[in-house]
Amino acid sequence: MSIMGTRVLRKEDPKFLTEGATYTADISHPKLKGAVHAHFVRSTMAHAKILEIDTSEAASQPGVLAVYTAQDIPESVAPAPVMVPVFPPSMMHRPHLATGSVRFVGEPVAVVVAETPAQAADAADLVFADYEPLPAAVGLAQAETDNTVIYEDVGSNTAVDFKNMNMVTGIGEEDIFADCEVVVEHDLINHRTAPAPLEGRSMACVWDDGRLIVWASTQTPHGFRDNLAAVYGLEAENCQVIAPDVGGGFGQKIGITADEIVLPWLSQSLNRPIRWTETRTENLTACGHGRAQLQKVKIGGSQGGQIKAYRLQITGDAGAYTGLGAFLPFYTHLMAPGVYNFPKVETTAKSVVSNTTPTLAYRGAGRPEATAAIERAVDLFAAECGLSPVEVRRMNLISKDSFPYTTPHGTEYDTGDYETALNLALEAADYPALLEEQARRRAQGSVKQLGIGVSVYVEITGGPAPGGQEFAKVEITPEGKAKVYSGSFSHGQGHATTFVSVAADQLGMDIDDIEFIQGDTDLVAEGTGTFGSRSFQFAGSAVYDASRSVVDVAREIAAGLLEANVDDVLVDAEADGFHVAGTPAVAVSWAQVAGAAQEQGKKLMHEGQHHANCTYPFGAHVIVVEVDTETGQVTVPQVVTCDDSGTIFNPNIVEGQRHGGIAQGIAQALTEEVVFDEDGNPITSNFADYGFISAAELPSFKLVPLETPTPHNPLGAKGIGESGAIGATPATQSAVVNALSHLGVRHIDIPLTPERVWQAIVDATAQN
Amino acid sequence: MEIAVKINGEQHRHDVEPRTLLVHYIRDTVGLTGTNIGCDTSSCGACTIHLNGESVKSCTMFAVQADGEELLTIEGLAASVNATDGQMHPMQEAFRSCHALQCGYCTPGMVMASVSLLEENPNPNEQEVRQGLEGNLCRCTGYHNIVKAVLECAQGGAK
Amino acid sequence: MIPAAFDYVRADSAEAAIAALAEHGDEAKLLAGGHSLIPLMRFRLARPEVLVDVGRVDDLKYIRDGGDHLAIGALTRHMDVETSELVQAEAPLLAAATSHVGDPQVRHRGTIGGSVAHGDSASDIPSVLIATGATLVAQGPSGVREIAVDDFFEGFLETALAAEEILTEIRVPKVGGAGWSFQKFNRRAQDWAIVGVSVQVLNGSVGIGLVNMDTKPIRASAAEAALVGGSSAADAAEVAPDSCEPTGDLNASPDFRRHLAKVLTRRALEEAGVS
Repeated sequence: MSIMGTRVLRKEDPKFLTEGATYTADISHPKLKGAVHAHFVRSTMAHAKILEIDTSEAASQPGVLAVYTAQDIPESVAPAPVMVPVFPPSMMHRPHLATGSVRFVGEPVAVVVAETPAQAADAADLVFADYEPLPAAVGLAQAETDNTVIYEDVGSNTAVDFKNMNMVTGIGEEDIFADCEVVVEHDLINHRTAPAPLEGRSMACVWDDGRLIVWASTQTPHGFRDNLAAVYGLEAENCQVIAPDVGGGFGQKIGITADEIVLPWLSQSLNRPIRWTETRTENLTACGHGRAQLQKVKIGGSQGGQIKAYRLQITGDAGAYTGLGAFLPFYTHLMAPGVYNFPKVETTAKSVVSNTTPTLAYRGAGRPEATAAIERAVDLFAAECGLSPVEVRRMNLISKDSFPYTTPHGTEYDTGDYETALNLALEAADYPALLEEQARRRAQGSVKQLGIGVSVYVEITGGPAPGGQEFAKVEITPEGKAKVYSGSFSHGQGHATTFVSVAADQLGMDIDDIEFIQGDTDLVAEGTGTFGSRSFQFAGSAVYDASRSVVDVAREIAAGLLEANVDDVLVDAEADGFHVAGTPAVAVSWAQVAGAAQEQGKKLMHEGQHHANCTYPFGAHVIVVEVDTETGQVTVPQVVTCDDSGTIFNPNIVEGQRHGGIAQGIAQALTEEVVFDEDGNPITSNFADYGFISAAELPSFKLVPLETPTPHNPLGAKGIGESGAIGATPATQSAVVNALSHLGVRHIDIPLTPERVWQAIVDATAQN
Repeated sequence: MEIAVKINGEQHRHDVEPRTLLVHYIRDTVGLTGTNIGCDTSSCGACTIHLNGESVKSCTMFAVQADGEELLTIEGLAASVNATDGQMHPMQEAFRSCHALQCGYCTPGMVMASVSLLEENPNPNEQEVRQGLEGNLCRCTGYHNIVKAVLECAQGGAK
Repeated sequence: MIPAAFDYVRADSAEAAIAALAEHGDEAKLLAGGHSLIPLMRFRLARPEVLVDVGRVDDLKYIRDGGDHLAIGALTRHMDVETSELVQAEAPLLAAATSHVGDPQVRHRGTIGGSVAHGDSASDIPSVLIATGATLVAQGPSGVREIAVDDFFEGFLETALAAEEILTEIRVPKVGGAGWSFQKFNRRAQDWAIVGVSVQVLNGSVGIGLVNMDTKPIRASAAEAALVGGSSAADAAEVAPDSCEPTGDLNASPDFRRHLAKVLTRRALEEAGVS
């Protein structure tokens, strides 16, 4: 019997619960004995010329081995490879330590190495950097003007305009809104947020006879290895990266960061193993942020609610150096039309550098921004037409029988049933009763008004198109047990349970007889990692492929032992091995087959990459809010979501992903925003100031199941890691606006802080 | 300065710098790394342990303040209720059965805070659990299954 | 983050603590529960050279019936105040407000005296002391003195305590049966108040303390006066922020703070039974 669809409890949990997982800072490997500690000295200026960095006093402190600045790092420590090489060279080739000038607060300018973390911290206080302040370009609106150009050699802050690369449609000659009766335009903000995994970056490394051994908190161990190998001129086999347990990533730990790249050189030059664990402030100011887009939407259609044309213009904030974040406006473009069958869609997209922390691929990475824009635009259009936002959505959704559906951009959605998702979510929320309660409160003029927000989304997982790949290896031990190796890497997603379950299903073995190996580049030959909701569809499929290949070989061997025709032999978990169909009493075990394989010189092992297309999960969120009209306070009494990620293997894991995403989506709408002052100083640099959402601000979530399998992989699975974060933000925003719509409020920017909500009420009341 | 601290029933004696935070002492000196550090502002609760039976944030105490006291960390929780070998504390069991953890980083602190919460309020409603865990942040679970686990543990009559 | 190094002095009595403060002067800081001080030290925003730990001065940990008032030792933990039946019965506003301080872990360590002596305008407890008309007891080298709450908070993180003085006791009038309300407005449960209001009504006399409405904990004097003059709760609330100079920050502009003070004061008055 298959365990697919059952709630298998996680194999990793007993250790996590009784002694705690083993994170990078917890590693006590003999090779790390006597490790020294690094402490970065960071820029306190958003933009300045570095005149001098005086390290002399710091260097003479007790326990200090060295204090280095950029000029100490030899050229042999090469620049890091660039992930997306579409930006001007000076913007994308970030120096390992700030060189010549600093471009954001938090950029490392020096690094202290000492015997203890306390000594390193004490000495870091005594590194004196002398700066000549330069005007700072902070915030997109300012950076876009080019009044302050950060890279003189480029001459503009625009890092990329995707129109020039023919990657977006641009605005054509023809006026796509010409035949629209109703046209609405609005500027939207999709503000900067922090991924904020509970564990920040952490790394330890040592050189061992010319080999570099690294422990790191990363989502992509092989990518981390490849980066270090390139920087240090090593063959891949001479660089081992071990990712132990990792305390969350949310996109922040894809690839490698400048700070991490420097550590092996420190270890090399001092001939000591070294450790570094960032503080929360470093994580919140120096590691990387998400979102950060300004958008202009224009939407038009008939008075009756039929939408005919949509235009989305995107400007993304790359921060001070162009990383993955600078590329994400392209993703927003890709998913711009969302779940709707608009005949005409136009997009522009560009990224701009600014004197702020670089941006990266935070949970959803470009797709939440697309959904937020289109969902807000549809709400604005519905309001202008005086129609129900739900009805306008129903009228314009891509119908169930249109799949595969190609958008006006050329993106091909695999499968979907958007209207069912919307209907199921509304039904579970008891939408009619909510409308009634809303009407009652409006009639009574209640202080606490009820708002019902709806969003329908589709996103792309395993991207970018056309798809991706992941590695797996499955081998049978001489004892007849199995080992599953995955090139993907769990940092909370439960691969050790889910992937083993996939193998167990195919191998007909108990999950406890299967060992799972991940996160060590010496043990796992190849790998890509976990991000972009890709793991189960690619890596799970790779495990599936490899398991089946092993079973094929094993069946041949078993057929020999059973003296049967191979086509009649099957593997059967109940019978604990192989038998001829219909006669389970006569079976050979995996151990027998393994023994025979050894005798016959056959290998019960398969390894390889599984390649597959991207998939397009979708869903609908209904979020109910109460808005205190006197204070602007928003509370969330009810959340209902229907998130379809194709075939579900382990409902616990899938629901857990949805829960976390929903919370982060609501958090972006209500409490979380990375803020800089006008000089570029971060003012949300710790958890007392950054509004990381807690249990007390959230309700329990009602999850409605829906499974529309994809044909793109053998498991029928789509990604689920980011869906919650994509649907929840616009639904929450929509709910707050909806609560106040009777007062004349049409739009409030996120995050919906009490003051902003209160101000919207005041403004609307004054206008009426 | 020399301190004597009982951790998970075992007596420890060490000479520590006064500025050593209790969490650093537990992790680096004693070597119990189950307790994690997630922030600098007493906000996240990843470092939550029990001091004389009550939840505290071990990042907001100096080790010298714990001199002579009794501490309990995640590593000692199961044994503290005399769970037999391989068994867990009912709260740990509830977290497992409810899938109340993903990356695991907040988990030790969350479990210790939850146990303390039920000590003080053995039969909380959902809102009381949510308020009671206001000082423990989790990025993975959206708190849904954590709240469920604490409520299930309470209903199971366990502490 | 790791605090800067300091010398550690453990005081076993109030007198010993006072002597240590006298000896080290400006370089010394008192350490009680540590929940105001240690985060500052971790950021090295506070770098005391000497910490005088009064955490073991057990004779400053008590809640006593003092006849017409409750006498609460300065080192009594928030959790003990919050759960004290005596406090719940005789100073219900204090018990309720204390349950909003920080989070449970903070309340297991933080002390009422530490919180009050820190003098933070955003802290919940000072507003209660203002609303209830509490008295603070300080002890110094030259003896013990009582300080009326209105004389205690002097400015930004500044109190009437002299450098060599320590806060030993908080006296809160016993008011079983009084009307009261504590209104705390914040974005996340564990956060400091953006604005908070404490109201206590006893025999027609109304005390109103405000949280985070000025550089120091402050009394809503204009609103209290309006009520004395016969104004309605709603009208009195409108003048609650008069004479306050709130600052603007990440969470609220000064104008929004003023607005919140009015709304919350009105709600507090209504909940406390003032119409």
